[in-house]
Amino acid sequence: MTVATEMKRREFLKAGAALGGGLLISLYVPGLARATSTAADSAAKPIALNAFVRIAPDESVTVISNHSEMGQGIYTSLPMLINEELEADWAKVHVEASPVEAVYNHTAFGIMMTGGSTTTASEYDRFRKMGAMARIMLITAAAQSWSVDPQSCHAEKGYVIHAPSGRRASYGSLAEAASRIEPPKDIPLKDPKDFTLIGKPTRRLDTRSKTNGSAQFGLDVYIPGMLTAVVQRAPFFGGKVVSFDATKTKAVPGVVNVVQVPSGVAVVAKGFWPAKLGREKLEIRWDEGPGAGISTVEMREQFAAMSHTPGNVARKVGDPAAALGSAAKTITAEYEVPYLAHAMMEPLNTVVDLHEDHAEVWSGTQFQTGDRAAAAQVAGLKPEQVTLHTTLLGGGFGRRANPSCDFVTEATQVAKAAKAPVKVVWTREDDIRGGWYRPMWYDHFAAGLDANGNPVAWTHTIVGQSIMTGTMFESFGVKNGIDAASVEGAADILYGIPNLQVDLHSPKNQVPVQWWRSVGHSHTGFSVEAFLDEVAHAGGKDPYELRRALLANQPRMLAVLDLAAQKANWGSPYPAGHARGIATHFSFDSYVAQVAEVSVDSDGTVHVHRIVAAVDCGRVVNPDTVKAQIEGGIVFGLTAALKTEITLEKGRVQQRNFHDYPMVRMFESPEIEVHIVPSSEKPTGVGEPGVPPVAPAVANAIFAATGKRVRRLPIKPEDLRSA
Amino acid sequence: MISFTVNGKPVSVEDPPSTPLLWVIRDSLQLTGTKYGCGMALCGACTVHIDGEAVRSCVAPVFRAQGKKVTTIEGISPNDTHPLQQAWIEIDVPQCGYCQSGQIMSAAVLLAENPAPTDKDIDEAMSGNICRCGTYPRIRRAIHRAAEIQAQRGAK
Repeated sequence: MTVATEMKRREFLKAGAALGGGLLISLYVPGLARATSTAADSAAKPIALNAFVRIAPDESVTVISNHSEMGQGIYTSLPMLINEELEADWAKVHVEASPVEAVYNHTAFGIMMTGGSTTTASEYDRFRKMGAMARIMLITAAAQSWSVDPQSCHAEKGYVIHAPSGRRASYGSLAEAASRIEPPKDIPLKDPKDFTLIGKPTRRLDTRSKTNGSAQFGLDVYIPGMLTAVVQRAPFFGGKVVSFDATKTKAVPGVVNVVQVPSGVAVVAKGFWPAKLGREKLEIRWDEGPGAGISTVEMREQFAAMSHTPGNVARKVGDPAAALGSAAKTITAEYEVPYLAHAMMEPLNTVVDLHEDHAEVWSGTQFQTGDRAAAAQVAGLKPEQVTLHTTLLGGGFGRRANPSCDFVTEATQVAKAAKAPVKVVWTREDDIRGGWYRPMWYDHFAAGLDANGNPVAWTHTIVGQSIMTGTMFESFGVKNGIDAASVEGAADILYGIPNLQVDLHSPKNQVPVQWWRSVGHSHTGFSVEAFLDEVAHAGGKDPYELRRALLANQPRMLAVLDLAAQKANWGSPYPAGHARGIATHFSFDSYVAQVAEVSVDSDGTVHVHRIVAAVDCGRVVNPDTVKAQIEGGIVFGLTAALKTEITLEKGRVQQRNFHDYPMVRMFESPEIEVHIVPSSEKPTGVGEPGVPPVAPAVANAIFAATGKRVRRLPIKPEDLRSA
Repeated sequence: MISFTVNGKPVSVEDPPSTPLLWVIRDSLQLTGTKYGCGMALCGACTVHIDGEAVRSCVAPVFRAQGKKVTTIEGISPNDTHPLQQAWIEIDVPQCGYCQSGQIMSAAVLLAENPAPTDKDIDEAMSGNICRCGTYPRIRRAIHRAAEIQAQRGAK
């Protein structure tokens, strides 16, 4: 997100200092390194060489991950960064989630958080340095014991070797002594040409556990005495409990307790099933609140009207009004996208165990610093009295980094009210109807073309709720009334159009909104790239050639555009009824282009046969992970393009489960090809950048196939029916 | 009391007979590899086998298992040696991994019944399983690969 970029820029100097020289040592070699290396228990215990690396006498190497694994492969990429320098035996490396400590803060955000496709960018230098630091300490320990010059020793696959004498000592045998070595002040890193792991396709460390049932997600946490709770939340956003009758609920076998919390009424039971059955019997009177009347149909009319009025100016270049006035041809169009739920496969859940002077929380969260503080506040404890265990996440997509810490706060409230260790589980219906959606957006465009069909003016008015206003992220992300996340991908387009203006309206309503995989780009990718396709056709240009011309000063984007077009055989004949569409999008500092090949049945059914993607995300750590993330982003974006919308009528969400909030399935999943542009630039995002170009590539292909312009998502077959 | 076997071990449970098998497996037996995703047999994350047949355990009352053999992801092979597990590891299918137990359990029935599935067979057998991370292209490749592994083993 631009949020991330923005935060990164603001925080970079501050955090950057921590990555250099002496400060680093005191930060990363904590007292705990010494504490765990007392001789008595050294036989079995792993020894911390710094905050990120532990080595045990049995040679196992534990990499401590300060970022959450939600599918993006970071539990493999971070160990790769460490081990590139550590030179341990890769087969002995495994990962553990870090506790919540300042030392584990994101290098740019200054808090513990996984999001904005920033993990690799945050940790690329630090993790390599941590690996190198540990290696130097191991070598020094060995050299001291052999009374040789450390410079005459080297490290290889978990051993320190003194080649002149042929002596070898394993990391496991050296760890204890190494932990007592003064950490080096100067930590040189490898020349990238010497990398043996970074840049090589590497099997994920977590795959085996994800094929035999042993991988532990939040929902899989069971602690002694734990009860399970489901919460009946208000049927309207902002609604409150007036009163409730739990008589019938308490009669359900297995129901232990029914407690009121600010968000609703929690049924606490011995297991999920009795809790859910009990919830069905609750009788609650609600104070409906102002959210009870809202409807997305009315909201759309309001947004559409606003899109015709000037908003806050997010960016202005040249004199767009004059250029539009004098253009040889002008076109206008309106684009719209709906609210969307994240619908991670693992519904939200959190386990909370409260004690008088401490608490433990288990959650698959992307936002450890915030969630721990929130749990502490509810529990009446200090944050450091709360131990937050980060489990694996069964998908995140932003939902598990909630700016108001909603699911952890609520779970703690339930545990406190129930006076018992509790796992709060959201049902799928709770998830789909629970808000915190990708905002609904309405975009109005105008473009002016010169006599040669080239765009000389471009205006874009965006209407949609601000994600960051009113949250703890407001000061980072909102400036002069512009939420950076609302205009990202629109105000910063790479196309060279001489007169350009992007305006923003940020209407408010009761629907809670949140970042959703690719955030603002999830709508600007579609609207900007589809409207540009309209501009190309209006000017009589090939959509690929027009993009090439407008990207003349953007060599990295031009290269991915050319690569995608070339791999997709842009311009070559295709089977009867098929057609191609193309789109590019710059997001999370990465460059992506995609070509979609589609066909449309006479009943309007869209078949997406193939997507060819090219990506430049700077230096690649694990190429197979980059491919997997782009593949996954494409399928995720395709679901938004073809399938899903959240609508409200009289304040009620109209969808509830996968039958009316349907996902792309195997039979609809296209063939996907991902091509990576080799790069030695600094690493940038891959978790999100695959998403934005899919919808416009498909929509543009549909236009090429049918002559029908898609300006609204999800794409509806009834709009595409041929007579 | 309802009695059946899970992964070869006899179990008896006291849950009410209408309790979905999923919650008996998870909450009572604490075998957590079988996942909850929708509760309406729409996503396939809860897929287990009852007497070799793929069943969405989130809507199957536990009494359906009475006297039968239930297999969960934990029991599909000793030491992760099922051809599907091998292929999943080889191709690095999972991302978040949450749906993958169900994917493998559905694919296992496909492979048992059809040792050389076509893409169309895979579409038909696997379209009841949702993967929000979008690993479908890799699941498809891995099923073809598992069919090869299975054939090679059979040939030995």
